[in-house]
Amino acid sequence: MLVIEDLQVELAGKTLLKDIDLEIRPGETHILFGPNGSGKTSLLMTIMGYPQYIVKKGKITFKGVDITHAPINERAALGIGMSYQRPPTINGLKTRQMVDICAKTKVDTEGMARSLNFGDFLDRDVNAGFSGGEIKRSELLQLKAQDPDLMLFDEPESGVDIENMALIGTTIAQILQKNPPRAEKGKPFVQQQKERTKMGLIITHTGYILDYVPADKGQVLYGGVIACAGNPREIFQCIGQMGYEECVKCTI
Amino acid sequence: MYDLEDLKEKARQALDKKASFGGDLDLNTFDRSFVPHKYLAEEEICAIPQEEQKRLIMSGLDVTGHGRGGTYFQKDTSVIHCQSKEEGIQVIPVTEALKNHDWVKDYFWKLVPVDQDKYTASALLELHDGYVIRALPGSKSVYPIQACLYLDKENLQQNVHNLIIAEEGSELHIITGCATSPHVKRGVHVGISEFFVKKGAKLSFTMIHNWAEEMDVRPRSVARVEEGGIFINNYICMKPVRSIQMYPTTYLVGDNATAMFYSIIVGTPGSYLDIGGRIYLKNRGSRAEIIQRSISNGAHIINRGHLIGEAPEIKAHLECKGLLLKGGIIDSIPQLEGHVEGVDMSHEAAVGKVAQEEINYLMSRGLSEDQATSTIVRGFLSIDIKGLPEALKAEIDRAIDTSNKDSM
Repeated sequence: MLVIEDLQVELAGKTLLKDIDLEIRPGETHILFGPNGSGKTSLLMTIMGYPQYIVKKGKITFKGVDITHAPINERAALGIGMSYQRPPTINGLKTRQMVDICAKTKVDTEGMARSLNFGDFLDRDVNAGFSGGEIKRSELLQLKAQDPDLMLFDEPESGVDIENMALIGTTIAQILQKNPPRAEKGKPFVQQQKERTKMGLIITHTGYILDYVPADKGQVLYGGVIACAGNPREIFQCIGQMGYEECVKCTI
Repeated sequence: MYDLEDLKEKARQALDKKASFGGDLDLNTFDRSFVPHKYLAEEEICAIPQEEQKRLIMSGLDVTGHGRGGTYFQKDTSVIHCQSKEEGIQVIPVTEALKNHDWVKDYFWKLVPVDQDKYTASALLELHDGYVIRALPGSKSVYPIQACLYLDKENLQQNVHNLIIAEEGSELHIITGCATSPHVKRGVHVGISEFFVKKGAKLSFTMIHNWAEEMDVRPRSVARVEEGGIFINNYICMKPVRSIQMYPTTYLVGDNATAMFYSIIVGTPGSYLDIGGRIYLKNRGSRAEIIQRSISNGAHIINRGHLIGEAPEIKAHLECKGLLLKGGIIDSIPQLEGHVEGVDMSHEAAVGKVAQEEINYLMSRGLSEDQATSTIVRGFLSIDIKGLPEALKAEIDRAIDTSNKDSM
């Protein structure tokens, strides 16, 4: 479980986030909405542990461990992973090697890459000259290999073409254990649901991801505070019809 | 025409001539007398001490000759092993070749001016030995030929002259290492290398330097590439050394000739490395590429790169990237010179540190900060060298990996 209590975060002396309370239970996926510059990426970076985001107040607990000031790699070791919107290029490091770094044990890199339509990119330097959509598939491939318990997605569908949208959507649903229930071994659906352990927090502007991932809760970040929470589809509809400004007025 | 007396006369006049770049060395403080070493048969060479074998392997010399098409091994001033296992490839000590083969005289001192500086002069007047490696017309070396110039005697000035000839339509790969015995501290290595890549031939030359902390190194090399010829020149130096100054030059003299220089340099504290590369593109359709990667852990590194486009439809690119890891200086001096319309020349230079953003990215994938840094540095040093056999690529990767582990 991820628990964020009364979080206040600064970047370069400027307060970006305040009074943030958030709780993601095992098996839950939350959607984070909000206009540009509202602090969505900052929240994800803070959870991941980027040191330039300074926690001035509050606490982040993951799996019962206080990680408020833990370094990035300790959080990764504890089971937090992230799919970035604009990750850096690492020259000379092949995507294949990056996948090996992500996976703690030996994985079927080729097979995984093929399933993401990404086989041809394994021998290219990580993110070097990748298009927006290619970056997303590369990030998903890495995350899939890493298989963390809490996955943070920063706009996983931005820049993705129509053809690959379904692929991205179903892959995210799959790694978050949000696939449509299957009649496997006659297990009742309720039990399958209960056995879900993966947690997700997804930033989206377009809402496309909602068509693939049944999310449990939606929240709107507005001006650095969580201004509204509720059913993600309802919130998305509200934003679509009335805009963020009106939407945050009507709920909380 | 070959006129030894004329060469000697020119050399004598240049004996005090300082080099254009790099610190000046007082050669009188070094010993140049011959050091006899016994010639070793194949089985004897495999029996040399493990510690030395390891040092040799790091410079690309595998004493077992496994995966090699031939070997030239010089210790101090003496040739201790020399053989070719490939048909159509000759490996001969240069002193012996000058005595027995008249054709060698068509190449000896034909590209490097003997009076360039005191080092070239000394290399003629007090030549120890060196190798002639020649691929006969149309022959292709399956395995690389290995050459090693080894210093075992303290305070020696080793004078070496190498001739590398790829005849028409041939393909030749050479891996050459320079190293010192573990006990050697001080010395000078002067190495003259003249490369002849004839019509349609392909030559790759990979040089790995493994010197000692008080060694001074002054290679002098010039290459001449004819029509459609390809010359790939790789240079790796990741070990402590007091100073290296070199400025290898290539003349692309035929249409569609190609030269590619790749260098990987890691400088440790106290090292002064002035390393350049110059390519003249004299004919239509020529291509040149110089790619330099240097890391300073406290060294003073000067990277010079100079491309001269003298014919239309040429394409030349210079890429020079430096990483300051633990202090020191990296001074990048890229230079482009276009003489006619229709040249396409570019350069890209950068000096910086390891980006924190990249470290963080890798840390979020589970690596520690140190692991992340060394992964990025390793990536920085891997350049995709085109046109090398797989085995040689693996060899270069191994050399970089080993040195990288040592220097981090």
